[in-house]
Amino acid sequence: MINKSLKQLSQALAAKQISSVELSTLFLDRIERLNPTLNAFVTVDRKKSLKMALAADARIAAGTAGPLTGIPIAQKDIFCAEGWTTTCGSKMLANFVSPYDATVIHKMHAEAGLVSLGKTNMDEFAMGSSNETSFFGPVRNPWDTSRVPGGSSGGSAAAVAARLAPAATGTDTGGSIRQPAALCNLTGLKPTYGVVSRYGMIAFASSLDQGGPMAASAEDCALLLNTMVGFDERDSTSLDRPVEDYTRDLEKPLNGLRIGLPKEFFGEGCDAEVMTAVRAAIAEYEKLGATTVEVSLPNSHLSVPAYYVIAPAEASSNLSRFDGARYGYRAPEYDNLEQMYEKTRAQGFGAEVKRRIMIGAYVLSHGYYDAYYLQAQRIRRLIANDFVEAFKSCDVIMGPTSPSTAFKLGEKAADPVQMYLSDIYTIAVNLAGLPGMSIPCGFAGGLPVGLQLIGNYFAEGQLLNVAHRYQQATDWHQRRAAIE
Amino acid sequence: MSLTLEQVKRIAHLARIEISDAEALTTQGHLNGIFQLIEEMQAVDTRGVEPMAHAQDVSQRLREDAVTEGDRRAAYQAVAPDTEAGLYLVPKVIE
Repeated sequence: MINKSLKQLSQALAAKQISSVELSTLFLDRIERLNPTLNAFVTVDRKKSLKMALAADARIAAGTAGPLTGIPIAQKDIFCAEGWTTTCGSKMLANFVSPYDATVIHKMHAEAGLVSLGKTNMDEFAMGSSNETSFFGPVRNPWDTSRVPGGSSGGSAAAVAARLAPAATGTDTGGSIRQPAALCNLTGLKPTYGVVSRYGMIAFASSLDQGGPMAASAEDCALLLNTMVGFDERDSTSLDRPVEDYTRDLEKPLNGLRIGLPKEFFGEGCDAEVMTAVRAAIAEYEKLGATTVEVSLPNSHLSVPAYYVIAPAEASSNLSRFDGARYGYRAPEYDNLEQMYEKTRAQGFGAEVKRRIMIGAYVLSHGYYDAYYLQAQRIRRLIANDFVEAFKSCDVIMGPTSPSTAFKLGEKAADPVQMYLSDIYTIAVNLAGLPGMSIPCGFAGGLPVGLQLIGNYFAEGQLLNVAHRYQQATDWHQRRAAIE
Repeated sequence: MSLTLEQVKRIAHLARIEISDAEALTTQGHLNGIFQLIEEMQAVDTRGVEPMAHAQDVSQRLREDAVTEGDRRAAYQAVAPDTEAGLYLVPKVIE
């Protein structure tokens, strides 16, 4: 049962082969057994989960169930959920019990009837690519527990890869869904900016943050995405557009699909075995009827530098709310208000978060704004324009998700710049606001490799189709980590 | 570009983060490494390029100036470090 797809679980629930309470218990027991090894969950609340499962069973019995009612899911601890501790991986929020639901949580609980199994570990405030910046300790990769699961949605990735949950939510500011999906052999989707509401999703870099699904297959992601999207007046950048059914085009044949291969993604800097797996996947696509064309993203080498100005700038502004006055941690001792702020923030934030806040404060400060922040925004435009140009000659862009497979815990923790370069292929997609996916496409040295798919604006349905057809022709996504 | 120790302390103060001399020294090394990465931007000629603040070219929505949220003060203040009589308590600001 634990390896079944969301569709199969849905059918089993509808046919009364299993109840949601039984199904949730199965996963909760697995969490209890395996989480001490993986540290994928930071909060589990069996009573709360089973109460939701009971309500889901009632909906199923009453015939008012939706397609995913009663299915358990893991929630990244960046989403506020009423009555649940919501930490964002930080000491600052270690005791914060959210008084309200994020829109995504509300949609999943109240509308879709999904059952939350708990909150998953993550890099502190989503700042990291290895899940090592979490206040609650690192997450271990189920494929090799001496290695990182990627980040920042590392807990969600490890949870799904170890089948502690059938699927999970993640968020992606610079690659935080796609890179951990790649490192843990999952399918993950970052939607077009503005498609999934950011209300109640603790803000890191508001012009880049986007929530999305992480699961075992494209079909599972499509079903989940259907529950997450929609216009939300509580998010000022939410897009008001017609609702789609993302399962609609899953089966469409790929004949005539034009795959763009950016020459910048196929040069130096990528592990050779990773590249071999990526090229083999592209060859498989050719067998499925696609053609390839070389494209160029000439400014992509500037995406990491531009990102490390824009994201910290937005973070320094967003995280100014953590002042010890209204919620979260407050330092125990101080003599005046200024000291209360400075001690609270010094004690409540971890090293990586402080670094980014300080970069942000500097690039926004008087005299440096034009040289850094405005310049980064201009480069952001150039990067976005590169994609516009590339999509004139192709339908979807492909390349590696990550330049390497999962690295060892501690390997890059001491050098922020090395860590930042883990996201070299994913960041440009966030800067442009495009949808991107990572799907399993093979192994290198026994560790999973991810293929990145980048679509044009609002092409989530097409990306899911392209991913799904590949997953019908291959079985990489069905390989499971041997952790028991 | 290279940040001096004094600049690092100044930035920490701007960000309202207390920093010890030892921490400032480590931070200086890290920040200078990061700024070295960022410097790659400076060689790019971006004259005439419109800065891009957002992925979607849409203007900010406006709504009616009307109350839409109910009163949940008690719930919101339940998570505050220190409150009294419906007010947030902080150290004395005005003498």
